[in-house]
Amino acid sequence: MSERFDPARWKPAPFLPEGDGREGSLIFVVAVLCFLACLTAMGVLAADRAAHGWTDQLTGEATVIVRARGGETADAAAARAAEALAGTPGVAEARALEPSKAYDLIRPWLGDVSDLEDLPVPRLVTVTLDPRHPADARRLDRALKSDGVDATVDDHSVWIKDIRRAGGVVAALGLAVFVIIAAAAAAVVAFATRAGLAARSDVVEVLHMAGAEDGFVARMFEMRFARVAGLAGLIGAGAAAVLAAFLRLAGGGGGLTPALPFAWSDIAAVIPCPLIAAGVAALAARLTALRLIRGMA
Amino acid sequence: MRYGRGPEILRDVSFSLAPGSFHFVTGPSGAGKTSLLKLIYLAATPSSGTVSLFGEDVGRAPVTARPRLRRRIGVVFPDLLLLEHLSAFDNVALPLRIAGHKPSDYRNDVAELLSWVGLGGRMASMPPTLAGGERQRLAIARAVVNRPEILLADEPTGNVDHEMAVRIFRLFVELNRLGTTVLIATHDQDLIARSGRPVLHLEHGRIALRSPLSQPLGSVRG
Repeated sequence: MSERFDPARWKPAPFLPEGDGREGSLIFVVAVLCFLACLTAMGVLAADRAAHGWTDQLTGEATVIVRARGGETADAAAARAAEALAGTPGVAEARALEPSKAYDLIRPWLGDVSDLEDLPVPRLVTVTLDPRHPADARRLDRALKSDGVDATVDDHSVWIKDIRRAGGVVAALGLAVFVIIAAAAAAVVAFATRAGLAARSDVVEVLHMAGAEDGFVARMFEMRFARVAGLAGLIGAGAAAVLAAFLRLAGGGGGLTPALPFAWSDIAAVIPCPLIAAGVAALAARLTALRLIRGMA
Repeated sequence: MRYGRGPEILRDVSFSLAPGSFHFVTGPSGAGKTSLLKLIYLAATPSSGTVSLFGEDVGRAPVTARPRLRRRIGVVFPDLLLLEHLSAFDNVALPLRIAGHKPSDYRNDVAELLSWVGLGGRMASMPPTLAGGERQRLAIARAVVNRPEILLADEPTGNVDHEMAVRIFRLFVELNRLGTTVLIATHDQDLIARSGRPVLHLEHGRIALRSPLSQPLGSVRG
């Protein structure tokens, strides 16, 4: 039997045979891991956005609790406080809260009591700060004291600190989950490399005998698994992007829950996934192959 | 030389090969012929003694030096070790690819060599589709494609008929004329007798008979 073969059109074939059956399961496992990693990344971005939204709201406002002193009524003290604060640099607006709103705020704790108005409920003044040069709590406090108002300024710093801490914890957890997923992917690839080397020991032997260096042989496995993981990363990232798009469409700007407000831009977080998957797989395959090949030599 | 804690396979084997020489190693099965070749192509290390190749004590050379030395040696393995998923052309081009040559630099040489060994019409064929003699010639073409300084062949005519054995032997003679040192392990006494080449006869891991050897290219002492 003779075939037509043109050496001028010959292209070197890969040393490792293509289409290994084991690759299907590897692609599935790495794709699932990439899917989870992408969801984690998008979840962290959404949580970070929620935390920033809340802190932005809180940092732009302050609440002043005003107590009546001497013969002055609470309403008069609140009005005086609002006036004093409105003229303070760094304050955009100061407004005494209507008594009914103050009662509304404490009603959940006391119930629907008919003579609530008789209670010495402190009045609240909401202060909207100048976003460019916001006044701090000390300045507000000084302004109130200089006008002789008995009041406590709450600039929400305790809440802001808590929200920032919670945001940091969510980000750290997200990073930890990401590292665990990357480690799991590396372990799966290392296992597949080990199996691949065992299955293809004939190729490794021939290459060695023909003068191939360990790095040359390891690079074959590195490239093969980088390609497989890159493809799996593409599948996992694609699935995560589709899910995120569905959540955004179904939940709108607020997402399905205000704690995770998804934005269209969050979907961009999946873009580096195939590259990271390929990089992790290449590294895991190279290190595993080099260790095993050195043992075989 | 011994494998692990097993019995001694080669003992008191000491000889040198001159550059451009042509030798046979012979002896009964289990005499140590394959082990001797393995020592030379660096697939085994001596448990004592030295193997010197190209002026280097390869037993003491670092593992990282082996690829460089192996590229100067062509080997026809007893089981041929062809890569079944690669075409005949790819199999022969393999040592050149490993050496880092560009395909454009060697594709014509590979085609010429395949024609020279009588496989010009089978370049795209996969090894499982080739006949025994064709596979043997393919393995030989791969062993010589990068013009090695030493060619080692372990039972290269073991699975072919007499006519094919003679053709293969002529290939080796031709290569030897081009300057390659040839060492063939075989127990084909007829081939050895007709060649008139020097012979190392191994028995129970020792050299039982030898022909005079001249200027050394490499040596084995143990």
